[in-house]
Amino acid sequence: MSSVAPAAAKGARVAGKANAGSDRSDLMLDVQGLKTYFYTEDGVVKAVDGVDLKVKRGETVGIVGESGCGKSVTSLSIMRLVGAPGKIVEGRIIFDGTNLLELPEKEMTQIRGNRISMVFQQPTTCLNPVFKIGDQIAEVLNIHQSLGKEAGWKRAIELLRMVGIPEPQKRVHAYPHEISGGQAQRVMIAMALACAPELLIADEPTTALDVTIQAQILDLMRDLRDKTGTSIMLITHDLGVIAEMCERVVVMYAGQVVEEADVYTLFARPLHPYTQGLIGSIPVLGKVREHLDVIPGTVPNLLNPPPGCRFEPRCQACQGAARERCKVETPPLREVEPNHWVRCWMYEK
Amino acid sequence: MVQVKSLVKYFPIRGGILQRTVAQVKAVDDVSFNIKRGETLGLVGESGCGKTTVGRTLLRLIPATSGKVIFEGRDVFSLTGPDLKAIRRDMQIIFQDPYSSLDPRMPIGESVGEGLLVHGMRDSKKRNDIVMEMLKRVGLEDYHARRYPHEFSGGQRQRIGIARALALRPKFIVCDEPVSALDVSIQSQVLNLLKDLQREFGLTYLFIAHNLSVVEHISDRVGVMYLGKMVELTDRETLFRDPLHPYTKALLSAIPIPDPTIKRERIILQGEVPSPINPPSGCRFHPRCPVAIDRCKVDDPPFEELKPGHLVACHVAKQQVEEEKRLMA
Repeated sequence: MSSVAPAAAKGARVAGKANAGSDRSDLMLDVQGLKTYFYTEDGVVKAVDGVDLKVKRGETVGIVGESGCGKSVTSLSIMRLVGAPGKIVEGRIIFDGTNLLELPEKEMTQIRGNRISMVFQQPTTCLNPVFKIGDQIAEVLNIHQSLGKEAGWKRAIELLRMVGIPEPQKRVHAYPHEISGGQAQRVMIAMALACAPELLIADEPTTALDVTIQAQILDLMRDLRDKTGTSIMLITHDLGVIAEMCERVVVMYAGQVVEEADVYTLFARPLHPYTQGLIGSIPVLGKVREHLDVIPGTVPNLLNPPPGCRFEPRCQACQGAARERCKVETPPLREVEPNHWVRCWMYEK
Repeated sequence: MVQVKSLVKYFPIRGGILQRTVAQVKAVDDVSFNIKRGETLGLVGESGCGKTTVGRTLLRLIPATSGKVIFEGRDVFSLTGPDLKAIRRDMQIIFQDPYSSLDPRMPIGESVGEGLLVHGMRDSKKRNDIVMEMLKRVGLEDYHARRYPHEFSGGQRQRIGIARALALRPKFIVCDEPVSALDVSIQSQVLNLLKDLQREFGLTYLFIAHNLSVVEHISDRVGVMYLGKMVELTDRETLFRDPLHPYTKALLSAIPIPDPTIKRERIILQGEVPSPINPPSGCRFHPRCPVAIDRCKVDDPPFEELKPGHLVACHVAKQQVEEEKRLMA
């Protein structure tokens, strides 16, 4: 399909580009070769280093990885919310046909919170403590839909009812400290959905919550997705949440995408050694094993990542001569079977 | 080995100019259980259910309001002076947050060896030998002993915490959420280490966690807590295969399983955990319980053995078990 030499196409998709033009209409988001670096006193931290990512309309895509793999920075980059010392140095973020990175800030403001909105991990710190919940939801509606105060509050009550807050006409007057973490996350979701966004980015939306509350929130998100048809990009470290919510999964490691597949394929036949290790290392309810699989060592420091494959120092997949290449050359993300992308030299034909 | 009898811990809330007690947080309210030698008892529950308070009061890190803890035949709460010091040597704790539980100004070798010094090992060479041995056992190197906590990753710090707890050769360790702050790939390293050490040193664990999959992996028996009460306690297989308490059932069904082919009937609990300052009357779970009957509102169910080795506090479960028995007979 492609004649590009792998070394030249480092970090880019090698195959499957030919039909990219024809299905553009059903692509909601297309991130291409995104690089976001942080210029710290100690040096340049390559937090996101060549990430490609696609979200189709109405699709739920999961991004999974451990802390420091760049999943949150990727989402902040899409929203253009990366602050100093961080900077997007390369790449394109095509949202519904427009490259967000080329938009002036004023136009970006019209997209942010309106057409793309975000739900964060810590709901209580994301709400302003000195304003009532109703004010905060109405503010979003005022900015993007020029709704007046009265109409905004009315709509806020409707939204709170939609996300399952009991007695919304009373709770709308509450301040953030008066509500629990689970309720605060519902308020965040109500706020994010206020303008019926086309894309919702949820960054660890249930990590800070207890399991029974997590089940409520996931249920709510599924319900709203089915009703509104919003595309969702769900960022999490919990493979259980991924299995339950997503259609397609992107696995990230040390600032790069290492594997991408539909959720069934990924759990049934993970190909990248990191994905295999990750799936093997979690205890699964109802399947007790004497020992869990272990990925030895720790995540590399992104100030000074390994020169070749970033997973090589922890990889247990192969030994000897086959390994030499991994040490010096970064493998490209390639399509090893239809719609299954892997960044590993093992699958080089 | 450890017997906990009717343990109660109330935290007073003081208010007004005279700082009088205006209310009490009933963190742990009449909890009883035993831990056998060499086993791991898991303790699960959501935030605020009192599981951490149980761990801390039974080590006497915080004083209990009432109740008794018997450790190897000795009453922990009535011990004083040298007896208390001796028993503390046998009971250690591993904390949740590996970042705040190490002194940032102390090389980790000293942190690990500090307990030995407190317990009278003056000989610094001997102390050093034990520290090195422990560090090696948890997967760290000799030269790490001179480094400071900020130079280590979260997983390594948790290993240091484990080495510190092990240095005194305790018999019993309370593991308070030892892996919840860690990434999954590091979590499995620490869980495997804890299991290996248990076998090697014949340790007994009280393993406190909110993650049921982790608890299932490591425990022999599991206790489930809700709002300061133990609601179910039995061996691991029974609890996960055949739970009796409706809260346990809901908790189990709420956990996302990392397998997209499994589609389950999910019990989604309504509402949230009520405040332990003013817990509901009768059974504390009744306002959220999907199967509650009128009796649950007024009558607090006793924590009793419904099947051999299976303790439950629930009126409905008791009726069901009795019904089953009648049918069997």
